Amino acid sequence: MTTINESRPAQGLRADDRRDEQVHESTKPLGGIAGWVDDRVGAAKGVSFLLKKVFPDHWSFMLGEIAMYSMIVCLLTGAFLTFWFVPSQTLVPYDGSYIPLQGVMVSDAYRSTLDISFDIRGGLLIRQIHHWGALIFIVAVFAHMARVFFTGAFRKPREINWVFGTILSMLACIEGFAGYSLPDDLLSGTGIRAMNGFVQSIPVVGSYVSYFIFGGAFPGEAIVPRLYSVHILLIPAILIGLFTAHILLVFVHKHTQYPGPGRTNTNVVGYPLMPVYIAKAGGFFFMVFGVITLISALFTINPIWAYGPYDPSPVTAGSQPDWYMGFADGALRLLPGWFEFVSWGDFTWSMNIFPGSILLLPIMWGVIGAYPFVESWVTGDKREHHLLDRPRNAPTRTAIGVAGITMYCVLFFAAGNDLIAIKLHLSINDITMALRTLFFIGPPIAFWITKRICLSLQRADREKVLHGRETGTIWRYPDGRFEEIHAPLTPNERWPLVQHEVPEPLQIIAEKDENGVDSPIARKERLRAKLSHFYFVDRVAPVTPAELEAAHHAHDEPHAALPAGEHEALESTGAGAERESIKADKRLD
Amino acid sequence: MNDNETTAPGESGALVSATPGGVVAQSQADAVDRFENPGLPPHVHRLADDDESAAKRAERQVATMFGLSMLGALVFLVAYFVVPDESTFYFPGIGIASTQNVVLGVSLGISILMIGLGAVHWAKTLMPDTEVVEERHLQASSPEDRAKAVASVSKGGEAAQLPRRPLIKYTLGGALGLFALPLGLQVAGSLGPTDVEELKTTIWDPSYNDGKPIRLMRDPEMTPIKLEDVTNGSVFHVMPETLQKFIDEGKHVLEAKAKAAVILIRLDPELIKVQKARDWGVDGTVAYSKICTHVGCAVGLYEQQTHHLLCPCHQSTFDLTEDCTVIFGPAKRPLPQLKIQVDDAGYLVAPQGFDQPVGPSFWERLR
Amino acid sequence: MNALAARRRHPAAIAVLLLLGLLVTGGAYSFFAPKDANAAPTVSADAVQDGKNLFLANCASCHGVNAEGTKSGPTLVGVGAASVDFQVSTGRMPLAGPNVQAPVNKVKFDETEIAALAAYVASLGAGPGIPEEKWTTVIQPGTPENNKAIATGGEIFRVNCAMCHNFAGAGGALTRGKYAPALDEATPRQIYEAMVTGPQSMPVFNDRNISPEGKQQVISYLAAQRDQTNVGGFSLGNLGPVSEGLFAWVFGLGILIAGAVWLGKKAA
Repeated sequence: MTTINESRPAQGLRADDRRDEQVHESTKPLGGIAGWVDDRVGAAKGVSFLLKKVFPDHWSFMLGEIAMYSMIVCLLTGAFLTFWFVPSQTLVPYDGSYIPLQGVMVSDAYRSTLDISFDIRGGLLIRQIHHWGALIFIVAVFAHMARVFFTGAFRKPREINWVFGTILSMLACIEGFAGYSLPDDLLSGTGIRAMNGFVQSIPVVGSYVSYFIFGGAFPGEAIVPRLYSVHILLIPAILIGLFTAHILLVFVHKHTQYPGPGRTNTNVVGYPLMPVYIAKAGGFFFMVFGVITLISALFTINPIWAYGPYDPSPVTAGSQPDWYMGFADGALRLLPGWFEFVSWGDFTWSMNIFPGSILLLPIMWGVIGAYPFVESWVTGDKREHHLLDRPRNAPTRTAIGVAGITMYCVLFFAAGNDLIAIKLHLSINDITMALRTLFFIGPPIAFWITKRICLSLQRADREKVLHGRETGTIWRYPDGRFEEIHAPLTPNERWPLVQHEVPEPLQIIAEKDENGVDSPIARKERLRAKLSHFYFVDRVAPVTPAELEAAHHAHDEPHAALPAGEHEALESTGAGAERESIKADKRLD
Repeated sequence: MNDNETTAPGESGALVSATPGGVVAQSQADAVDRFENPGLPPHVHRLADDDESAAKRAERQVATMFGLSMLGALVFLVAYFVVPDESTFYFPGIGIASTQNVVLGVSLGISILMIGLGAVHWAKTLMPDTEVVEERHLQASSPEDRAKAVASVSKGGEAAQLPRRPLIKYTLGGALGLFALPLGLQVAGSLGPTDVEELKTTIWDPSYNDGKPIRLMRDPEMTPIKLEDVTNGSVFHVMPETLQKFIDEGKHVLEAKAKAAVILIRLDPELIKVQKARDWGVDGTVAYSKICTHVGCAVGLYEQQTHHLLCPCHQSTFDLTEDCTVIFGPAKRPLPQLKIQVDDAGYLVAPQGFDQPVGPSFWERLR
Repeated sequence: MNALAARRRHPAAIAVLLLLGLLVTGGAYSFFAPKDANAAPTVSADAVQDGKNLFLANCASCHGVNAEGTKSGPTLVGVGAASVDFQVSTGRMPLAGPNVQAPVNKVKFDETEIAALAAYVASLGAGPGIPEEKWTTVIQPGTPENNKAIATGGEIFRVNCAMCHNFAGAGGALTRGKYAPALDEATPRQIYEAMVTGPQSMPVFNDRNISPEGKQQVISYLAAQRDQTNVGGFSLGNLGPVSEGLFAWVFGLGILIAGAVWLGKKAA
């Protein structure tokens, strides 16, 4: 380590500098400005490293990009909107150009949003881009999350990034809620009214928290300014910070890829950032922005002028939050009223509200965030994974995911129970009862069906590898029989169907400790073994070269001699691999 | 470092990891009978790679898209000044549409979208499409690097004399632990007044009217209501007379309104099964708080034939014949009833406020 | 006379003539128009008899031969002409079959027949009559007073109607399969009649609850909202965030995924 206070004559220092400059000027590759910058920051090495980064191509990898780009669209249009929006709940008479509201007393926030919509040229377009962009942002976040889950992209080393993503998705929902509450229209005001009810339901401190949030009694004049600073400052800052970390980790880990010929766990196959991915990803930004703009040109979103200003007395039929808050609203519709009770000391426990609104959010996102850690504990898998699973090859995980989505959807559809009732001419009471039942029986059914489908698809893969793909050509034999010709798969076609590994359940080594006593560790391990059994008890092994060989031999025999039970025999080979009883322990410590 | 082993399936055998807990993860490490990864498939040329005219065509297509983008931008620039605010036209599917929003939006959308389509088309047809392979390395640092990092941290700590000076260590910990509390207290303590007792009163309380009964007024017209105005099957949305004072004084009225909204309904008195409900009404005319006891939406949907009140937010259903008890949905408590009478001038008045807090439940509601 | 003939080609003549015509017809109308809408309209005994015949043929099976009501239908004594006009002119009555609530249907009778039916039922007992035309005339936006009237109508609508019929009059759900219908097909007269009579689940909004002026303002607000330009574009059924979310998932995400698939596909 050298220190800078080594004394050198000033003359020498200058000479050194000049030598440096001469070196640089002779190797200036990108013209003046880039050289000037590099002289000062020395980024050339990093830039060339970055530009050579390889990204695999697949449409499902673009879901995250849709989210990222629509977020940028929201940031941009949001900055525009702040120029005109007035975050104030002072009541003023509306005097803008929307006739059905002229002269009505409205809040300044509502008036300024009406002005953006009617009196500022292109303002409505920007507002609609902002709101549609926000909806598509959160839609894409959830779709991206589902992709990452079902392909197992959250496994080591990407667990931290999964947690970041989980937090990002929750923040996105809260950001959206804060945003659509700002115009202070009847619908969003009803939403804030309900939010006040949620907060009041918190045991012990509820009414105090409500007074903190609203700066006094509901609705007061503080909530819109406060939500405004949350919406434009606080959450965006955290969102952008976490999102930057999210993207940096993608660069650090290098993107995952789907299995395929030449793709292994130790490489990444795709296109370099410069020029292909810059053009594709950059181009995709404009595609996302363009599509959102076109939607905003042609489709109304949140017509606050039709809702009218907020007033606690009126309410509109079909009062719903934006879709991403729907599941919580649905949970509230399904919770029965008798959950509320009064305890000793005359304290009121609003258990008909608190679990569905305040508790549900941390529970849902907590479970999602914890999943990678649970799975890796259960499976005992501590290796790095860069090759994605085909969802069918991880049947239990896929089934858990679908069960979770089913539960979410039940809550989500419960939030629209009144619209389902009126559009399908059903009774709202029946729908609510049905959804209450579905909340409990839907996920297990979805789990079972999904797992069966996954296993069947795996068996279909085996079938395809063993007998080739169906060509659609029907062959007629001299003896009058018909048979469809199956074309054998090429090695490249075959590889994705046989590359996966099939883990087996973990086994308990030590039932008891050395004294023959049940230790807590042993109990924990027994639970772990049970869960592992649950994960991997049903499995279909991929075709091995030997099996393929055997199948070929069977085909090579004269057709007339083909045993009638050939297919069944082969299927049982497949089934033999499945539900395989656990063989002798192979201990490798 | 066993935990950090990364292996491509089918390539190497070291797939097993063991955990100290006594459980062994098995995998197919021993299953040597597996297919080999066939390696990268041969590169297939695109039309534009071999055929210069196809490449030219692609170039023209990309240029056309970029050209359309410029056109879109120009249309926007012109339309911004030319299209008047009120201008409308018939757009199939939309109906009467605002020319400004449609023209500005479509031109801007095309100008942006075409840049994207052009760039992607360019990348797909003309940029190299040979796949590149980048090798991965274990995410974990090498043991030497780790040791070095640990060493420099502990060396730095030692250089700062942290282990030798516990007094500094603990006071620093204490200071860092405490410094955020004043900031937290400032924001939490000053966010709002905490007179939560307010939740239990409404401006129906006679104290807001010098102890006199308060007239029921039509919402939003704020005109008093006579008993005979309320015919059978009628629903009146009602605010207290005291609200007018708030309006006149230019106060922010919504806080008062949020608790005071009342619904006034007349039904056949024979149908009301609860004596108290009948007593607190006049001749089958009864008044109930309109604020849902669930989370506070306005319960305004009155079904004249079934005498049910429905909340449009979460479908709590209240039975008017049973003193507004909940018969369906997530609310628990009945809507509080407002006692009404007829004053000397024949108008409906409320002689006393609600006998319980209105609206959603809260912890100290009954205290 | 000559002086008049000489001026007959004057540019103002046509305007004067029009004004005169309007004055005369207006004056005549105000003279001859029924003074009290709540009184049964003066109709000939013939119409009542026609109505009775129609009633016996089409309605008596449920409402009873003397409209006294049966198990399957309520009494119609005292419901008034407005009720009959509303129910029959929207096709709700005669009821096609048992249902939780009578749906809008094909209208079975022509105007004279409906008038006759209404006259017959009105003759059975006093009830709300057909509204005066002046209260069912839509106030057109333009002048400040008219705009103010429309805005007031909006306030009345939001407090009294929107909770069932939705902010845009798109309708909403009630309990056990009942519903508040959408208002976009209803004529001003039908809206007025519904408010006065409180058909089925709907409560009654008599003239002392919402004055005739108020009702006219509500009707005008609805008309103004209906005529309002779809400023933001296609309205997605005016159902609020549910349809918007559905659209974002299906159309928004769908088209962007299509773009992503195109982007990831190798060019020919």
